Amino acid sequence: MAAVAFTPNLQRHVECPRREATGRTVREVLDDVFADNPRLRGYVVDERGALRKHMVVFVDGRQIRDRERLSDPVEPRSELYVMQALSGG
Amino acid sequence: MTPTLLISTRKGLFVAEGTGKSTEITRAMFVGDNVTLALADRRDGCWYVVLDHGHFGVKLHRSADRGQRWTEIPIPAYPPKPEGMWDKDLWGRDREWVTKGVWALEAALDVDGGLWCGTMPGGLFRSSDRGESWQLIEALWFHPKRVLWQGGGSDHAAIHSICVDPRDPRTVVIAISAGGVWRTRDGGASWTPQTAGMKAGYVPPDWSELPEIQDPHHVVQCPAAPEVWWCQHHMGIWKSSDDLASWQQIQVQPSSFGFVAAVHPRDPDTAWFIPAHSDQKRTPITGELVVTRTRDGGKHFEVLRNGLPQRLAYDLVLRHALALHDDGDQLVFGSSTGNLWASDDQGDHWHAIAHHLPPIYAVRYV
Repeated sequence: MAAVAFTPNLQRHVECPRREATGRTVREVLDDVFADNPRLRGYVVDERGALRKHMVVFVDGRQIRDRERLSDPVEPRSELYVMQALSGG
Repeated sequence: MTPTLLISTRKGLFVAEGTGKSTEITRAMFVGDNVTLALADRRDGCWYVVLDHGHFGVKLHRSADRGQRWTEIPIPAYPPKPEGMWDKDLWGRDREWVTKGVWALEAALDVDGGLWCGTMPGGLFRSSDRGESWQLIEALWFHPKRVLWQGGGSDHAAIHSICVDPRDPRTVVIAISAGGVWRTRDGGASWTPQTAGMKAGYVPPDWSELPEIQDPHHVVQCPAAPEVWWCQHHMGIWKSSDDLASWQQIQVQPSSFGFVAAVHPRDPDTAWFIPAHSDQKRTPITGELVVTRTRDGGKHFEVLRNGLPQRLAYDLVLRHALALHDDGDQLVFGSSTGNLWASDDQGDHWHAIAHHLPPIYAVRYV
């Protein structure tokens, strides 16, 4: 099982504690999380399923390359971190 | 009953209650969040609010108890863009079929719980269940002229005005920055442009009268005389007295540039605008904040300034930030610098209600 953690900034809008999830790609892992937490989906990806413009996912410390299909591979013990850009104002 | 106002701001939703000088801010909700628009549906009392969380996207929430508790509801979603479809903006960039903003939310009067939602990049959506589900109005989104719509003040076109006709709830007029004015008479199944007489100066001359490049900033219809329409356009002020068969331009001093229009609910000849210097200088003229008002259908305009700052004022009033009460006497407007003013005599006198709100995007009576 991979572990997925979400930026603390998201917690104010949707409860999404660190948890374990299964999948061989970023898409599969996130879909596994969204299956239990459907409201979270729209905060991370848009209606096409692409990562929102200012969101980013790290897998084992590396930024993913495929932001649209989320096809980057995930190992069974990978650590995923979902975060967002800093903003102004 | 005491009038209640919903004030949408860059950092929260505020509720104000009272009349004229006695109007007070009584509650704050979603503090810290970017609230871009709110709607109170008078049929069932539900309140709706649009939040733009930036990185996390645009969200809708609904309250059945006047803001005590809120529930997140689905946001309208676009279908996948067909493979190979040409859909680019003027700058050659692919247009993403993604909801980037909600610029209009109105009650659809043909069914209880019905809603119209105008979005950026230009899709119109319909709900029949208080926003639990949304359907894209395909006849408009797939209209061959839609690809010519462009952003106005943004990268993407947006529907900001939705006028449900008091004579027939299936007749609806929408206005788009920048994509013209369109009307359906069949609940959205077909649409025709309604811009005859409008002219744009921001495109090559051959394009100036094209319906789909017009930039109406705000369009309003007189409820008691629904054949009369007023429009604050990017190029100035227009009026239609023949139910949109034609528009006539009206020159107003000190400026015809602005974003917002309001028309009296029973007197089609009385309308209000809040001018800015120009497209190039979106501030009050020489630091004097004024409202312009006609009472004779646009032949003459009065400049209303009593109670408004007349020195060093740089307030801009956006298209949804002026509200007119059903009584036709009370007005409230909020500015991009967080000031809020109210009048209970049609704008003859203004009273400052707040000076320290976040930037105000929308003001609406409940």
